[in-house]
Amino acid sequence: MNDAAHLPRRRFLQLGAAVGGGLLLGIRLPALGEEKPAGSIGAPPEGTLAFFVRIDPDGAVTIGSPQPEMGQGVKTSLPMLIAEELDVDWARVRVAQMPMGIQRNTEGQMSWLHVGQGAGGSTSIASSWQPLREAGATARQLLTQAAANRWQVDIGSLSTEPGAVVHAGGNRRLGYGELAAEAARLPLPTAPPPLKAPGEFRIIGTPRPVVDAEDIVTGRARYGIDARLPGQVYAVIERCPWLDGRLLTVDDKAARAVPGVIDIVLIEGPAAGEPYTVLASGVAVVASSTWAAERGRRALNIRWDRGPHAKESSAGLRRRMEEALAASDGQVVLDEGDVEQAFAGASDSVEASYYVPYVAHATLEPQCCLVEVREDGATVIGPIQMPAAASRMVHQLTGLDRLSIEVQMTRLGGGFGRRLTVDYVAEATLIAQQVKRPVKLQWNRRDDLHHDFYRPGGLQQLRAALNDKGEVTAWRQRLASPSKYYRRDGVAEDGMWESELYPDDPPRRLVPHLRLEYFAMQSGMPRGSWRAPAHCANAFAVQSFIDELAHRVNADPLQFQLRLLGEPREFPYEQHGGPIFDTGRLAGVLRLAAERADWGSPMPAGSGRGIAGHFTFGGYCAYVVEVTVTDGKLRVDRVVGALDCGLAVNPNHVKAQMESGIHDGLSTALRLRITLQDGRVQQDNFDSYPLGSLADAPRVVETYLVDSGAAPSGVGEPPIPPLAPALTNAIFAATGQRIRELPLIDHIDLA
Amino acid sequence: MIQFSVNGEAVAHTGDPEEPLLWVLRDSLGLTGTKFGCGAGLCGACTVHVDGAARRACVTPVKTVEGQAVTTIEGLGAQGLHPVQQAWIAEDVAQCGYCQAGQIMAAVDLLRQVPNPSDADIERLQTNLCRCGTYTRVRKAIFRAAAAQGRTPATEGES
Repeated sequence: MNDAAHLPRRRFLQLGAAVGGGLLLGIRLPALGEEKPAGSIGAPPEGTLAFFVRIDPDGAVTIGSPQPEMGQGVKTSLPMLIAEELDVDWARVRVAQMPMGIQRNTEGQMSWLHVGQGAGGSTSIASSWQPLREAGATARQLLTQAAANRWQVDIGSLSTEPGAVVHAGGNRRLGYGELAAEAARLPLPTAPPPLKAPGEFRIIGTPRPVVDAEDIVTGRARYGIDARLPGQVYAVIERCPWLDGRLLTVDDKAARAVPGVIDIVLIEGPAAGEPYTVLASGVAVVASSTWAAERGRRALNIRWDRGPHAKESSAGLRRRMEEALAASDGQVVLDEGDVEQAFAGASDSVEASYYVPYVAHATLEPQCCLVEVREDGATVIGPIQMPAAASRMVHQLTGLDRLSIEVQMTRLGGGFGRRLTVDYVAEATLIAQQVKRPVKLQWNRRDDLHHDFYRPGGLQQLRAALNDKGEVTAWRQRLASPSKYYRRDGVAEDGMWESELYPDDPPRRLVPHLRLEYFAMQSGMPRGSWRAPAHCANAFAVQSFIDELAHRVNADPLQFQLRLLGEPREFPYEQHGGPIFDTGRLAGVLRLAAERADWGSPMPAGSGRGIAGHFTFGGYCAYVVEVTVTDGKLRVDRVVGALDCGLAVNPNHVKAQMESGIHDGLSTALRLRITLQDGRVQQDNFDSYPLGSLADAPRVVETYLVDSGAAPSGVGEPPIPPLAPALTNAIFAATGQRIRELPLIDHIDLA
Repeated sequence: MIQFSVNGEAVAHTGDPEEPLLWVLRDSLGLTGTKFGCGAGLCGACTVHVDGAARRACVTPVKTVEGQAVTTIEGLGAQGLHPVQQAWIAEDVAQCGYCQAGQIMAAVDLLRQVPNPSDADIERLQTNLCRCGTYTRVRKAIFRAAAAQGRTPATEGES
């Protein structure tokens, strides 16, 4: 989606003098050799930070973080990359969130002003690893050159220590602040300076706390919900609860009479079948406070047309999935070898089906956005994963020049993929256009659960052939699901039914005969990306099924899977996190988790261990889960995790993301589902969509990182997919009960 | 008019007496550290103290705090960081951070009720929801704060 996604990856640094004579250093990806933008937004106003590095004359260092922070830790880890090569004392670094920066060249092409901005797909660390270290190294070189000039010595005779350039021979030392003004006047080096070897790192690879920790614990941290502009009004929207339903009539007399209500504004719903701008038809109440708007909303009297999906239900969709899998062959995603012949000649075969439901993102901060639309431009402040998508949406709705649309990213109270889409930005913009004042739109929890881009549910049917040595010789996997690409902006009609099977996932190339089929199901539910999208569903099916096969041949599940993975090999991998899938790294995390969990040691009656591993977004993760089932009630006692994400830039937050994957994976597997009845979502709040609580959390959680030496990959998503299958495999080990459907609450009581 | 105090300062609310305390704090007083998560008292993101006890502000009509003393996250550490806030920093609990003000206000009340909590006490009393899954560190931070307040933590598992 990035404006600059197709531009050459040529690195480009910009330099400027800060007010008062400091150094500002920026980095950007230019449009096709265009050096001077014709215009831009998000550039630093005099004396304020928008570039990556700012050094003030007093030595204070401010580093900009370009990406949205939603809990994944990039506001800490990305500046660590710069600080490492700049060579400064981390304790003295201040980090500032950068706004969206875009520019246009003289031919009208848009590109990023600094770097591509947006958080999704666990890409921030991997894509920033090289350019941000180079930015830091360049700033360090300029400061060193400034010192060389001052002292009239060769730059080769100088070195740095945190925050200063030193001349060992001359016993001289100058702080960066004393050199910043001179450094800002020097020409940029023609090539990026050499970077440190990993053995020289002082910051990268060391555990660092959240840079905003004190602001968070004192309530000062700013989220979208906290944004304010002078003269703002508050808005809430009553949306049609039926998918693609329409407004028939609204009687707003009583609502307008509520004290504080300023205006009532109609929001036109999405055109059926077309990409979503907003998710639903609605009636917005604009008022002087959130509460007045909410009271006005309750006083509305609305009649809705129930739209084209008023008969859709989750039970019906499940039935259609079963019928589709029973009736015919699906769209062939992959067909290698001769699966039919292999099954015909097999000594044994196993078949099982696995089901996952729709789930919601349920960010704890409900959707919200503050938008001001003026004659000459717009300001958008909110919890946004994709700022350029917000900018394009405002442009599309208002016709305003994109360089007049300012987008500020606050901290996000959770993202999980929900805020890759900007429907709530669109709503706030439509209201702001009409009331001509800054509008703060606030969703409530029911709005959020009823109007989401849900993670699709699906039914998978797996069948494997086994030879007399207990080896898998053929594998057939068929998935029936409504594709997440449905009505996605920029996706052509035929792409809206794209498969959610990832053909390069194991067991590709591990099993000689392999066939994957996809059945695209029709559903009126809006769908989208939810943390490690289809990997959660696919890992649940594949890792459960491998466990079933192991038990079928009386093999230890760990040994069975290691044997399947075989010798360490690198295979091409074209989906998320490629281009390489390394069987040895997956085996490595399985072994590490097993070893630390004392895999194979005896357990008391009623207790059991399960193991599962998965590769996605460049990371390899495995869990061993230990459970006890007492009087039919499940308790998760312990989770031991192993992760190989390459070099861990901030091991503290890598481990935090593993803990997050464990608790989110558990919460989702235990109780979460979104169901549809008569075209309406049935879950209203956290009583009917019960997020896991601390009482559900295992008392023992252990996380281990593989020191692999590989380049770093993101960790927001890899730690979630293997949790659910490790859990159900553990339940099987403890009880002999094989649970093939989520959530578990339908099949087992919880302690 | 409804009179009460917030973080030691006198406040008079002249609007709707049914308005939840949450929105009075956020919209009228600009105290945005108290967060909105569910509006039904289910998640605890809006937890404040009323006369020293934890209360979920989203389901607390402002008229019910007449004459009482409300403390928000902004007021908790007014005299320097509270031991629970310090423990939250030391354990680096926050991910997105949105629920943490409420978690901290709930934990302060938990330690007021049970200065020396066991795992089971924490599981019973710390019911605030965290979507990011920081529970492992929330638990550790509560034990750390309990220890810092001069008491020895209970044996794990004992209730």
